[in-house]
Amino acid sequence: MDEQTRNTAAHQDLTTELTEHVRAAAAAGRPLKLRGAGTKSLLGRPVADSAEPLDLAGHAGIVNYQPKELVITARCGTTLDAIDAALAEQGQQIPFEPPRLGARGGPAATLGGTIACGLSGPARPYADAARDLVLGARVLTGRAEVLRFGGEVMKNVAGYDCSRLMVGAFGTLGVLLDISLKVMPLPRCSRTLVQACDQATALERMNRWAARPLPITATCWADAGDGGRLWVRLAGAEQGVLAAQSAIGGEPLPDDQAATFWTESIREQQHGFFGGDLPLWRIALPQATAPLDLPGPQLLEWGGAQRWLRSTAEPAAIRAVVSRCGGHATLFRGGERTGAVFHPLAPPVLALHRQLKHAFDPQGLLNPGRLYPEF
Amino acid sequence: MSLPQPSQTDFNDPRLAATRADLVRALRAFLPADAVLEQQEQVRPYECDGLSVYRQLPLLVVLPRTVAEVQQVLRLCHARAVPVVARGAGTGLSGGALPVGDGVLLSLARFTRILALDPVARTARVEPGVRNLAITEAAAAHGLYYAPDPSSQIACTIGGNVAENSGGVHCLKYGLTVHNVLAVTLVTMDGELVEIGAAAPDSPGYDLLALIIGSEGMLGVTVEVTVKLLPVPERAQALLAAYDDVERAGQAVGDIIAAGIIPAGLEMMDGPAIQAAEAFAHAGYPTEAAAILICEIDGTLDEVAELAQRVRALLLASGATTVQVSQDDAERLRFWKGRKSAFPAVGRISPDYYCMDGTIPRRHLPQVLRRTAELAAEYGLPVANVFHAGDGNLHPLILFDANKPGELGRAEALGGQILELCVAVGGTITGEHGVGIEKINQMCIQFSPAELAAFRAVKRAFDPLELLNPGKGIPTPRHCSEYRQLPERGPEAHHRQ
Repeated sequence: MDEQTRNTAAHQDLTTELTEHVRAAAAAGRPLKLRGAGTKSLLGRPVADSAEPLDLAGHAGIVNYQPKELVITARCGTTLDAIDAALAEQGQQIPFEPPRLGARGGPAATLGGTIACGLSGPARPYADAARDLVLGARVLTGRAEVLRFGGEVMKNVAGYDCSRLMVGAFGTLGVLLDISLKVMPLPRCSRTLVQACDQATALERMNRWAARPLPITATCWADAGDGGRLWVRLAGAEQGVLAAQSAIGGEPLPDDQAATFWTESIREQQHGFFGGDLPLWRIALPQATAPLDLPGPQLLEWGGAQRWLRSTAEPAAIRAVVSRCGGHATLFRGGERTGAVFHPLAPPVLALHRQLKHAFDPQGLLNPGRLYPEF
Repeated sequence: MSLPQPSQTDFNDPRLAATRADLVRALRAFLPADAVLEQQEQVRPYECDGLSVYRQLPLLVVLPRTVAEVQQVLRLCHARAVPVVARGAGTGLSGGALPVGDGVLLSLARFTRILALDPVARTARVEPGVRNLAITEAAAAHGLYYAPDPSSQIACTIGGNVAENSGGVHCLKYGLTVHNVLAVTLVTMDGELVEIGAAAPDSPGYDLLALIIGSEGMLGVTVEVTVKLLPVPERAQALLAAYDDVERAGQAVGDIIAAGIIPAGLEMMDGPAIQAAEAFAHAGYPTEAAAILICEIDGTLDEVAELAQRVRALLLASGATTVQVSQDDAERLRFWKGRKSAFPAVGRISPDYYCMDGTIPRRHLPQVLRRTAELAAEYGLPVANVFHAGDGNLHPLILFDANKPGELGRAEALGGQILELCVAVGGTITGEHGVGIEKINQMCIQFSPAELAAFRAVKRAFDPLELLNPGKGIPTPRHCSEYRQLPERGPEAHHRQ
């Protein structure tokens, strides 16, 4: 592909083609496997090989960006890198720091896959989650209808909030054609502090700090055989960050190292903790939950609300411990992936899922089985 | 026929009376005597919510005390196909809690307990009838608060906030109800108890919580809510800027945000609103100004000091004629006093007023204000504008006198035109008050038939018999085709009435 073609390919509207594709699949009763850049293809459950790929990477381009209104609308195939570049020119960012998870040098993660998977990065508990920042979406349903929900404004309560419903639905309710996101200013100043402490101390500190008006934007605890260390990122107005730094204490990390730590090591899971083939569990908990008694090493984020676990323990055993604490556990990577990769749903909740799936995709064409085996 | 007309029924209709007697017998089998109201004078207080132009007596009112009782009430109504309308404090502004004549009005007023408040995890688990402000009051001892602050926060309940996805003046920075509620316990129409969301983030499966919040009581009855609590900022400071031109004030809002500053609150009022508010609240507003901006900055002491300086410079550079910076909390609250009492203030200069709730992309503000003024002249009714400038949520207040023949009809028709104008510039008919019965016509303008069909499919996923809050929120295809075919939606149609 030459440079000219590449530029054109990064800005094209394939709504008509994609709608025709879904309509034909619906007529033939042929399931579809939605695919952007493929960076998140290992998440969730595999879609049956018999499903026909529906390639979405070509439907790309920023449709509207209004820096003064803090809103950007882009097609699903737009890469996060392209969006970040456009935002950075105006001193703005996607506040939830979406993980890319692609292989180094491989295809770049797209907006559509990011929102469909609903993953948020290190800033999540201190800024907002992916779902919090979605203002609207244009959705191609399993009925081959293009529907617009929400919009490009911060406050909008007309109709049910179907655009947020799509976040984390793994494409099982519709193809996210265009997505509108709230964006935020880049902080003027950022500082990362490191403190040596064990897990219980880290949990106590993270929760204590979060109850005070401090400009914390990320926290992480890991134990590399050194008894454990806690990383805290402060960001915002310079004076506020400096005051918080002296209130919290700890060893400041040089800015370039701090950026690499949060972006590469944690958000992109390049930290040694994430290496190797042991099953990787993502455990979500009420943030103040005491250390979990589970076999295998853990890495904590989000003030204790997200805990990564490397463990070969039985899924049912892990989930029993996590459920007792009011949390849920996802088999994020590795392990047996044809069973319950996501935490099983309570029967009335599962029943609602089936009905909603039927509402948007009555023939079950879109990514069947990707989320749960039942739909 | 500009007004959406709820079906009117006669409380004393013999057929209804028989249904009522039957249902009361069945309800009294498991509810205490004081939990069922069946006399006309007993149910009268429930005939409307905060939008009192719509009134309808319910078949009867139930006031359960326990979740099990709510489940039993719903099971019974489900089995008999009786509609149910849930109600909190009744402060809603879109007729969302308007009763239906052949249906039960289910009041959650007795669910007033704060069940748990965890200062370490910064969460509170509360019953739906707990008032919005009561949560903040309970959390204050721990230096925490509940962020969404609708202007009815003294009276409105968290259950109603969940139903409406209520906002307030701090939405741009702190979000709406959907950003501050972690979990709800819902009773579906068939009496099933469903836990949605959790104190742990990113619940597995679909984001049902997002669907429930703002669903106007049409998907289920909320019987418990877990909210997120935030640390009270160390300091807040407000700036009050006056402009002799509304457009310049609008541009100043964009300048502040483009400079990378997210104010805690950013409000605008136009001349008529300023004059009414000043006469009422004596907040020290410059009554000769065409517009004022109130910009509140919060955060740590040092952060606020730094940002207030920058905002002041930006306001002056944007052409403000005067900029006042609050020197203490008393002055900050005085700046807010006029804004917070803008609605009652307008109520004092006009016999009646009708509050609109459109949201627009902010860049279209000059155009929308200009067109609103033209429409106001066409309909012969004055309009005062109060604007959540930070997030684009516009509250035009239409002044009218319901005792003058035709004025109410004209006010509502003008309101409808303003909402359709908001849709035309890429906005929405409701930012925070909800659709209810009030904006059911404009839903037909904002959404396509296929989109409305999807909403109805979502509704049926939760409530297949469509018994919960019927006639609200989502219009039927028939309603929309009738509304779209109206030959005349202009002022003349109402002059002729």
